[in-house]
Amino acid sequence: MGQVINIQPITRIEGHAKVVIQLDDAGNVADTRMHVQALRGFEKFCEGRPVEEMPRIVCHICGICPWAHHLASSKAGDACLGVTPPPAAVKLRRLMQMIAYVGDKLLNFYFLAAPDFVMGPDTEYATRNVVGIIGAAPDIAKQVVHFRHLTAQILENFAGRAIHPTFSMPGGVSKPMTEKEREDILGKAQKLLEFSKFTIDFAKKNVFAKYLDAIKSLGVIKVGHLGTVTDDGALDFYDGKQRLMKPDGSYDDFPSGAYLDHIGEHVEPWSYQKFPYAKRWGSGLSMDLANPSGVYRSNCLARINVADKMATPLAQAELEEFRSHFGRPAHLTLLYHYARLIELVQCAESMVALLEDPQITSTEVRVAVKPRAGRGVGIVEAPRGTLIHDYETDADGLILKANLIVGTTHNNAAMNLSVKQAATELIKNGTYDQGVLNKVEMAIRAYDP
Amino acid sequence: MPATVAEEWLNACSGCEISILNTGGALLELLPQLSFVHIPVLIDHKYFGPLGKGASMEIPEAVVGIVSGSVRNEEHKHVLEEMRKKTKILIALGSCAAYGGIPSQANMFTRDEVFEKVFRGSPSTDAAPDPKHENVPPWLESCKALDEVVKVDITIPGCPPHPDWIADAITALLRGGTAWSLPERSVCDTCPVIREKKSAGGPVKRCLENVAFNPEEGLDKMRCINEQGFLCLGPVTLAGCAGKSGVPRCVQARTPCRGCFGPIRKSARPMVDMMGAMTSIGLDPKTVVDRRAIMNRYTGAHGNLKPLPARPAGR
Ligand code: SF4
Ligand code: SF4
Ligand code: SF4
Repeated sequence: MGQVINIQPITRIEGHAKVVIQLDDAGNVADTRMHVQALRGFEKFCEGRPVEEMPRIVCHICGICPWAHHLASSKAGDACLGVTPPPAAVKLRRLMQMIAYVGDKLLNFYFLAAPDFVMGPDTEYATRNVVGIIGAAPDIAKQVVHFRHLTAQILENFAGRAIHPTFSMPGGVSKPMTEKEREDILGKAQKLLEFSKFTIDFAKKNVFAKYLDAIKSLGVIKVGHLGTVTDDGALDFYDGKQRLMKPDGSYDDFPSGAYLDHIGEHVEPWSYQKFPYAKRWGSGLSMDLANPSGVYRSNCLARINVADKMATPLAQAELEEFRSHFGRPAHLTLLYHYARLIELVQCAESMVALLEDPQITSTEVRVAVKPRAGRGVGIVEAPRGTLIHDYETDADGLILKANLIVGTTHNNAAMNLSVKQAATELIKNGTYDQGVLNKVEMAIRAYDP
Repeated sequence: MPATVAEEWLNACSGCEISILNTGGALLELLPQLSFVHIPVLIDHKYFGPLGKGASMEIPEAVVGIVSGSVRNEEHKHVLEEMRKKTKILIALGSCAAYGGIPSQANMFTRDEVFEKVFRGSPSTDAAPDPKHENVPPWLESCKALDEVVKVDITIPGCPPHPDWIADAITALLRGGTAWSLPERSVCDTCPVIREKKSAGGPVKRCLENVAFNPEEGLDKMRCINEQGFLCLGPVTLAGCAGKSGVPRCVQARTPCRGCFGPIRKSARPMVDMMGAMTSIGLDPKTVVDRRAIMNRYTGAHGNLKPLPARPAGR
């Protein structure tokens, strides 16, 4: 066997991973693997915890998408205890989710992804980062910092904590929104919507057009897609049915409670992260690049593929434009960045719409809950994909069992395939440079793991 | 000359790093004075060189080292030791780094119990042996705080720490300081609610219902959450979660404190002190459901949480 290339840590992602590329004697790629080295064991240590405490425990799974865990957990708790939160509580949960996601998508695009495009994938690593962005486009950078800060501020002022919230619990949320708060936040939300529109226009003009060649070749694979849609097929982040699409675009819909019939998780000895696969398709999991089976993707590109439409008008117009170029389902990996910004527009529009709804200030925001034995599956779309919390409680409302499949995990097999594709295409006869290795990472970064 | 900074995250959730980014305008002001030589979330510096050929892990030297997350596996330990070697002043950022944090709740279970559950006890998982490979680092016997492994110079607690304190600590270092700490005050000391030093008594309430308050009125018109009969860890938790001004963050949401800033001082015994605080207002601490876990929610390292011999689920 030939040389081993260790890319560690994978950088400008929100998690921990390492890529190992094994070359053969001729210096071509023999094998690649993305190893995930972290395991924390939430499924175990949640056992015994009171179900009403869960939303404020499991949010710590991820500091980037704590709101997704917070809400999936609240929904699982609602179901375990057999309660339906009042309409205003659901609206407030949705609103907080949208505000958090707008902040997250801005962070991802400008701070983590953009350096590859604005600086270029081959630039020296020392400048290929947010500091470089600040140097290259100081005015935009200032605005990004401002608007990200604004999303965090809105969340903190109203819901106490922006990161690791305590606001939502089984039965509803901890406090209502006053009319004064609504007006104040609405003004800020409108500015965020304007900046979101600016962002997608900026990206379409200055980023995606320029990198069309890279988009067409880097990390490209053809696999399935998973997401959540409403009954009439619109993309929804908080609630709905799950849709699992095959690579050819045909799909099955299923209710949250039936996820075990559709999704399985495979374990490989070389990664702590499991490999979810489409159990329903009946062919198991194969990560053979030439002939993958059972592999599907999650996160934004998957969501806009499975959705018949976006839920809001401007986002829908963006989706139509996107589809006129790339079709449905779109498979090109780097299109994740484009899809993320289409979602940004929907999140920003939804945020404004929720705040314009007079019902959101209703003071009925929580029904008292009673401990009981039950089971509940709560699914939301996290920024990184379909997030599944499945709890069983005992008669005292303590957790007996918790099963969690987090958004980014769904992409494990797909990321491994994209890495393999990128490395195999780019490294020939032992020749490569740091720009090539960065492009391999770009194939991962697109998924925003 | 800007000060060099190296940053790492171990058994972490990235919330601490997001909190750095949430520093907002203060971040932009500080940035020119700092030179980040290593920070995986933002910069592409690699352990094994830009071509992935290095034989051993390498982190560049820096004046300031910042580490978030607890120490869960062999690799975390290795990275932490390398950070200690390469940096002059080592900062433990966040409650995972300081006290083990939420992931140290796992210390209530043995390693085998956790792995059994994750890889063979999950309804969606095709049961398989534990992953074992040179690139999946084995777990240590427990989830540790940084100071159980190396010497830590400065601790910025919180889950996540407030950006004000991150900026404050770094500013102090830039001015030539080598020490920094939060003032020893309790969350209650910064909490505006009404206290009457008594409660209605009865068993301690779980958060199955909301606390009582009038949403049109400020917190200064709301009765203390402990005195309303719920468990609020404010009395034994270090103040600072709302930054330099502002009210405790969970209380702002009209929810109780769960102690994320950790104990008020190193020598404190929060569990004992909290029992005292509850008893003094007429609450029976024995009626707190899931007491051991809840009182050590962010502080399971340092031997505070250990597996118990066979106990019924959840108690
Ligand atoms: S202290 Fe909190 S925010 Fe920081 S890494 Fe730990 S869980 Fe995340
Ligand atoms: S116990 Fe809680 S609500 Fe009461 S004063 Fe302390 S922090 Fe505030
Ligand atoms: S109130 Fe307590 S748990 Fe909440 S943020 Fe402050 S210190 Fe942390």
